Amino acid sequence: MPKVTYRQQDGSEQTIDVPVGWSLMEAAIQNNIAGIIAECGGGCACATCHVYVVDGAKLPPIADMEGDMLECTAAERQPNSRLSCQIKMAADMDGLVVLIPARQT
Amino acid sequence: MTGKAPIIVIGAGQSGQQICDSLRKGGYEGHLMLLGDEASLPYQRPPLSKKFLTGTLEAERLLLRPASYYEQQKIDVHLNARVDSIDRAACRLRLRSGEALAYSGLALATGTRIRPLTVPGAADANIHYVRSLADGERLAAALKNARRVAVIGGGFIGLEVAAIAREQGREVVLIEAFERLMARAVAPQVSAFYAELHRGHGVEVLLGTGVDAIRTVAGEHTVVTSTGAEYTVDLIVAGIGVVPNSELAEAAGLACRNGIVVDDCARTSDPLIVAAGDCTWHMNGFLQREIRLESVQNAVDQAKSAAASLLGQSSVYCQVPWFWSDQYDIKLQIAGIGMPHDQAVLRGDVSSGAFSVCYFRDGVLVGVDSLNKPAEHMAARKLLAQGTPLSAAQAGDTSVDLMQLARGA
Repeated sequence: MPKVTYRQQDGSEQTIDVPVGWSLMEAAIQNNIAGIIAECGGGCACATCHVYVVDGAKLPPIADMEGDMLECTAAERQPNSRLSCQIKMAADMDGLVVLIPARQT
Repeated sequence: MTGKAPIIVIGAGQSGQQICDSLRKGGYEGHLMLLGDEASLPYQRPPLSKKFLTGTLEAERLLLRPASYYEQQKIDVHLNARVDSIDRAACRLRLRSGEALAYSGLALATGTRIRPLTVPGAADANIHYVRSLADGERLAAALKNARRVAVIGGGFIGLEVAAIAREQGREVVLIEAFERLMARAVAPQVSAFYAELHRGHGVEVLLGTGVDAIRTVAGEHTVVTSTGAEYTVDLIVAGIGVVPNSELAEAAGLACRNGIVVDDCARTSDPLIVAAGDCTWHMNGFLQREIRLESVQNAVDQAKSAAASLLGQSSVYCQVPWFWSDQYDIKLQIAGIGMPHDQAVLRGDVSSGAFSVCYFRDGVLVGVDSLNKPAEHMAARKLLAQGTPLSAAQAGDTSVDLMQLARGA
């Protein structure tokens, strides 16, 4: 299974196996990763699963809806901002590293 | 806290889970018990009428938190546990199993249950509803084998189910008693857009049409409408609303009125008992009136106030209500409560499938429906929360950037 590393603001990290087809948000929730709220459960409706992609070249592009929601994140949008509910895990995304922002609401 | 009776949360849905989480985050270290009458740990309900019905989303992916979370947080979860009565004088619950549990604080997050269809023949028609995970699993399986589906009720649930059924290639007739869709929630132009959307996808949409009776013969159901038309289908789904589960509270002598009555801090009339989520008739700090809301937002935000009240703090529940619905490729997001209103202003072009409708009452913005306009939805939530003035003229002018306005730019 491809691995994803979730890094917190204090530098601590958790690396977990993410089933292909799961979103980065789902994997975070089901592994008790702090700082991913995902109030809407993955509907691209709340912008509370924001992450910064530190290392990961092969991500799907940002669709219009995600791009709009990224304008509304609680922590500042940066060029590497994504909504973790919109990134579905693929085999070639192994080694992905994401940083969790300081706040989601 | 050692030796003290636990805080008990009744209801293992989104609100019950949030109350437990907020109690722990708020510093409560004592015994915490979560009682649920279903077989599953707390899960998300919204996908049950959406993606879950396609059968591509496993039930474990709906869990709000994994089992390990409850162990880590020392939350004592009891599933398949039904509470029969609350003895407030003795601070004790009695479970269906006969067990008695003492509490030091109590949270009621009992949610709602479906309103059943009661027309003649309904009891024999194996009607599907969407409320629990078990309902969703049963409906997902039935949809696989169905050819023709009748959906009774043109609210969020019925429309979402109709959309999924069409996407799976089923023939769908949707029967709505009112003259327009989602009439309780949105303006006529939004209702009209959705009627066209569903018709465009091949749903037969019947408005202003009731169901008089259902006849079931050999697994086939014939729905007889108020206009005398008959539709023979092999699956019926009804989404005609829910009723709050307030009987337990009522029997315990707590005030109930279309739900369990709570103040703006989620407190009942008993200082040891709070309530949150779909089951409450509450004083809404944002709306400044009493209301019952059925939504994730309400379940989560009111739960935070309920937990604070149990910890002896007061945290007024004052959040902008928001809702969403996914149908086909259109995401409807609602900010605030647009009903009732005296002016509805269209923002954008309906034919583009991406627009908003802004609702005003006495010249004040009270709600915004956004269709595939998530940024406008988020801006609307901010504008409403801040009370930033917005005129009807500004609302209708797409050159006015709502987010910039919300940010004071």
